[in-house]
Amino acid sequence: MAALNIEQIALDIASPLAEEPGALLPILHALQEHFAYIPTEVVPGVAQLLNLSRAEVHGVISFYDWFQAEPSGASTLYICRAESCQAMGSAAVEAAAKQHLGIDYHQTSDDGRITLQPIYCLGNCACSPAVMLDEKLYSRVSAESLVAMLDNLPERES
Amino acid sequence: MSVRVYVPSDSTALSLGADDIARGLGEIDLDIEIIRNGSRGLCWLEPLLEIDSPEGRLGFANVTAKELSTLFSDGVPGSAHPRCLGLTEELPYLKQQRRLTSARIGLMKPCSLDDYRAQGGFTGLTKALEMSCEEIVACVTDSGLRGRGGAAFPTGIKWQTVLSAEGDKKYIVCNADEGDSGTYVDRLIMECDPYTLIEGIIIASLAVNADEGYIYCRAEYPLALERLQQAIELATDAGYLKHFKLQVRKAAGAYICGEETSLLESLEGKRGQVRFRPPLPAIEGLFGKPTVVNNVISLASIPGILAGGAASYQAYGSGRSRGTLTVQLAGNIKRGGLVEVPFGLSLRQLLEDFGGGTASGRPIKAVQAGGPLGAYIPPALFDTPLDYEAFKAIGAMVGHGGLVVFDDSADLGQMARFAMEFCAVESCGKCTPCRIGSVRGVEVIDRIHQGEQVEENRILLRDLCQTMIDGSLCALGGMAPFPVLSVMEHFPDEL
Repeated sequence: MAALNIEQIALDIASPLAEEPGALLPILHALQEHFAYIPTEVVPGVAQLLNLSRAEVHGVISFYDWFQAEPSGASTLYICRAESCQAMGSAAVEAAAKQHLGIDYHQTSDDGRITLQPIYCLGNCACSPAVMLDEKLYSRVSAESLVAMLDNLPERES
Repeated sequence: MSVRVYVPSDSTALSLGADDIARGLGEIDLDIEIIRNGSRGLCWLEPLLEIDSPEGRLGFANVTAKELSTLFSDGVPGSAHPRCLGLTEELPYLKQQRRLTSARIGLMKPCSLDDYRAQGGFTGLTKALEMSCEEIVACVTDSGLRGRGGAAFPTGIKWQTVLSAEGDKKYIVCNADEGDSGTYVDRLIMECDPYTLIEGIIIASLAVNADEGYIYCRAEYPLALERLQQAIELATDAGYLKHFKLQVRKAAGAYICGEETSLLESLEGKRGQVRFRPPLPAIEGLFGKPTVVNNVISLASIPGILAGGAASYQAYGSGRSRGTLTVQLAGNIKRGGLVEVPFGLSLRQLLEDFGGGTASGRPIKAVQAGGPLGAYIPPALFDTPLDYEAFKAIGAMVGHGGLVVFDDSADLGQMARFAMEFCAVESCGKCTPCRIGSVRGVEVIDRIHQGEQVEENRILLRDLCQTMIDGSLCALGGMAPFPVLSVMEHFPDEL
């Protein structure tokens, strides 16, 4: 029953976008915005809607880092790994995040609150190192300020 | 009469507390009008509060919400206040620039059409509307504008190809997938002056007879996406987009989609894999139709070129690099920010006169120009002028104008390894030299760093780099070796 529901919701979201040229990316974005990831169950329906094979839809989801095939934590912390941030000591920020959360990149903390993702440039390179928590950008982050940020995360329903 | 106080609202200023400042100002019992402008791009001064005065806008740098009560304790602070930098326009950093493309950023409310028109917006479009397609293309060709995304291909020639191509439908595609580390000017334009980009796109559509277009913008730029969306809606309501359907498309985190054929694949709803060329996108681009694919800055430069004429733009520059470049100072730099200057200034002038050296105060060890595929340039070459050909002559590239500074504590051997690692992560997988070569590159560099058969492995690494350069389908695999080779050449102790 639950699975049926997900498939139906996905079709309701995807159908109005289906006539757009090159509709697959906008549809996947819309699905991820709704479900916070792209559940496997929605793939056949989307494929049928766009007259694609399931493999093609799966191939697109897996190609793009932005699309998550698994549920993420309540929040996602993106740490910039690019050169500008490295020039300002982002390696220490990465290490602190991994140690404090007890996870590596692409993993979610045990309490389900944070998923850690690498990102290659947030376009904030004059005030490196940068991190982004969900859609909120932070400048000149240090290992200490990052740990403080994580400790002060507001409680959120996952 | 109330005093206008400008609180910037680009991503950098917001990340440093600009919203808190605006809220705090709202609670101050003084007759002030808060204007949420974009950003001047003087990033190291953000949040840069500006206050109107009879002489002009006074700047107050690095303001925090906490200090507002002190700052405004004796009324609205003026030029005599110890925290005042003086007139923003008179700051040497800004005054010594020649802002053409970025002329309006930070001056106004980003999505206000009235502000845009008051700052001279749509002058270029008005001129273009009275010109033939051929005349618009000729103007762009004569200006000498070359693609600012990095490839530096003459924009006018690209437009001419699309104009001449047979097709019942043509597209304009704006490449706003600004993925290079050290670059953020596309974001500044989209967040602070989106109408300049939209006007440039409309002019491009008139020039080549296109009736539909897309701005492909990174998912990592949520605010830019939001502002573009809002600006397009307002421009549509105001009648600027009657004959041209413009949409924003959100990218999905693949660096390779900054490569134009991958971008087109992505817009078509596919994996962002590079296409073989020919056919050129100008002949067979989006959905097989003739397509102009231009970077944000190329398109945002167009309104100014039309408004001021090709000759005035062309008058700036050096050699075959005409006009201005929006340089972005980044990394370990004291005064990081946007520096739009004519081509021809030396790297040293940019890094020292504008940038003020490193943020750490230590000596500069190297600067990586042009993004993650650009060379690491040692100080011995800092007299190189900002010029596409001059950079090429030293094995470097201007690219999208990002300069990432490293101080002497940087481990450039590790940065060379990172270039290969990045290429492995971001490779689209279509061609072997890039997909496999980058992985092997990391392994060979690791062996060198571990002291295993160093000389043999260095020969192997050079050979691998050459294979990637010669055999890759696009610039990702074809240029990822450049940072590696530059470290081997200029910093032989580290690799």
